[in-house]
This record gives sequence, structure tokens and C-alpha cells, in this order.
Amino acid sequence: MKKAIPVSFAMLLALTAPGISQDTLFADMGGQAGIDRIVEASVENYLADPCIKAVFEESNMDRVRAQFKIQFCQIAGGPCQYTGHGMAEAHKGLHLTNADFNAVVEDLQDAMDKVGLPFATQNRFLARLAPMQRHVVTK
Amino acid sequence: MRLTCLALAAGLVCLVGPVAAQPWDLLDSGKLLATGGVSQIEGAGGGGLANWALITGYGTRDGIGANLHYTTVLLPDYRLQSAGVAIGLFDRLELSYAWQEFDTQDVGAALGLGLGRGFTFHQNIFGAKLKLIGDAVYEQDEWLPQISIGLQHKENDRGAIIGAIGGRSDEGTDYYLSASKLFLAQSLLLNATWRQTRANQFGILGFGGDKQDSYSAQFEGSAAYLFSRRFAVGAELRTKPSNLSIAREQNAWDVFAAYFFNKNVSATLAYADLGSIVIRENQRGAYLSLQAGL
Repeated sequence: MKKAIPVSFAMLLALTAPGISQDTLFADMGGQAGIDRIVEASVENYLADPCIKAVFEESNMDRVRAQFKIQFCQIAGGPCQYTGHGMAEAHKGLHLTNADFNAVVEDLQDAMDKVGLPFATQNRFLARLAPMQRHVVTK
Repeated sequence: MRLTCLALAAGLVCLVGPVAAQPWDLLDSGKLLATGGVSQIEGAGGGGLANWALITGYGTRDGIGANLHYTTVLLPDYRLQSAGVAIGLFDRLELSYAWQEFDTQDVGAALGLGLGRGFTFHQNIFGAKLKLIGDAVYEQDEWLPQISIGLQHKENDRGAIIGAIGGRSDEGTDYYLSASKLFLAQSLLLNATWRQTRANQFGILGFGGDKQDSYSAQFEGSAAYLFSRRFAVGAELRTKPSNLSIAREQNAWDVFAAYFFNKNVSATLAYADLGSIVIRENQRGAYLSLQAGL
């Protein structure tokens, strides 16, 4: 009980103080459980997508899923630290086109639809992924 | 290790890709749904009345997109129709052609110029748009919008009538600078265009007039809220010069809903207000446009 007061005061401060980022996206995406569902559904779509599946042909998909979950969590403002490859490095030599990038976006949108994430929340997340296009598309 | 594997897999794709490439592979339909826009009233990629900086069709920077459109505007005293074709090349250059018909219905006869009922004006509109800088969709971390320049050359078939009502020419060319930006986190697309024009009622009543013959700067803008990947609702405003003393011209605006069935078919329904046209005030009515392409 003694501890609860300062904690809630800090939370109140975080909510009202200007300049402190009120990033609710992670929570709005259903926290880590919600993000995990999105990643599972999207990877399933990538592997079923004739345009995209070749990229993952030789990959350890368990590792890919785990990396996506951490990375999405961090991008959404969650308490994760992605330590995998940078976007430019991870996609170097893949010669991905804009059409490939957009196919991945569409698969991800389908996945977010499937788990019932509202469209406006989907767009808040996609807005943070969109600038990756310049690192991912090298062709 | 994973990187090596990824690179190997991609190398295969890469090898297979160019070797098997066929001309029709350029029709990649690789853009995201709705990002090619619909066909604006003069045939360019855009909204209804207002132009966008985006290049028409679903071709990416590696491909080509093309579409056909038909639009009709049912006003109390007139009917405006437009049909056309547009092509987007490598998400860089857009070329368009539109044919417009403006049916004066009962007004032609009422004017006393010897025009019968159902007198029609026609225009051929040849358009070109070049994307200069920016990307409206991907660059969500930058403020710079996508910026394009373009022109629309318009040829009207009623030179004699245009002269009789005070118009100066039966052909003219509009020049424009357009900026478009998708505010994705807000699900909002904003467009603004600065147009240099001499056109009277989009050129339907010719170019230049007894009141003003020179080019003037006009504005067109639109805002669209995206409710889903397929469905957008918004509003547009377009200012116009008033060059003819006998035919006061007003600004046009509309509210619209656009539905993208898929990358091949879209439909736009609007309530449009074109203001006063010649001797008839309050020309407000339904705007319907269909686009088919890839």
C-alpha cells in the first residue's frame, strides 16, 4: 500500500505532464499477447504468399517469429529491446522491390484484420513501419 | 547464417526474375489499394474535382499502371460527362486523355443564341503529370509531401458559341503544382494544388473572357479519411476564375465517398456543388464515377 501511492502518482504525472510521451500503441495493440497473435498470423500469411515465401525458404521460422515479436513490441513502444539486424543489413542483397514491400504490408494488414485490430490502430502501427521502405527496397 | 540463407533464397528469385521477365510483367499492380487514387473530372489521377500529386494506377516504380474511367455529374439544369484513359509510368510520369461532354439541356434554347434543346459542348483534354520529389505514402517520418507538376491541354469544339458569350479562345492549357501527403497514423490523406488557368467552367465555356483574359492562380484541395483499405470519405474544394461578364462563375466543392472493390474497380459517389453556371444558379447534384484498371 505504501508503494502504491508513489507509483500511481508517477502514472498520473506521466498522463498529465506535457512533453512526456503518451504512447498507447503497445497497449492498444493488446500488449505482447496481441502483438504475438499478429506476428503468428502475419508469418503464416508470408509463408502462403507466392511473392514472399521464397525470402523465408531457408530461414529458421521459430527464430524469425521470435525476432518479429521483439521488434514489433519495440516499434509499438513496448518494453522490449530489439537486438537483431538493422533493416538495411537484414535485407541487403535481397533485391526486394516496392511490390514485394507492399505485398508484405498487405499480408500484415490481413493478419491485423484477422486478429480484429481496428483499422485506425493498424495505421498508427504501419506509419512507424512505412519509413523502413527506404532500407528494405533496394531494387 | 540466416542472412546467408536469405541471400541464397533471394538470389534464386533474382536469377529467375529477370530471365523470365515478360513485357506484361511491367503491369505489376504492386501499389497499395487506393494509392493510385480515382480519376478526377479532367482525367488525371486524383479525387473528383481536385487533382492529386500521386501518379495514377497501380504500377510501382518498377512498373506501369493504366485505367479507364467514366464520370457523370447530374445537375439541375445540365449534365456533365467525362470518359477517359490514363497511364502511370514507373510511378513517375502520368499521361491521360479525357473526353468531356456538357449537355445544356433546356438552357441552350433559353439563351437565345439559336442553340436548340440539348446543345452540347465537348472537350478533349490531354494531361501529363510528373512526380518531382517526395513519397506521400512511405515517408511517414518526414513532413515533405509528394510534389508533382503537370499540365492539362484542353480543346473545345464550340469556338463560335464561346466567342458569342465573350470567351477568347476555344483551347487552353492549365499548369499545376500538386502536393499530397498521407498522414497514415491519422488515416488522413491531404491534397493541395495550385493551378494556373484561363479556363471558364473547366474549359467547357472556353478560355479567357471579356472580364479577364489572363491566367490566374486557383486552388484545389481535398481531405479524405480512410475508414478501411477499401473505403474513404472526404471533401474537396476548387476555386475557379470568373472571366465572363455574362456568366458569373463560383467555386466548386463536394463531399464524396469512394469504394475500392479491389485494385481493378473503384466507384466514387459525391454530392457536388458547381455553383452558378451561365444563367442557372445553384448547380448542385450527384457525381458518380467508375474506374477500371490495374
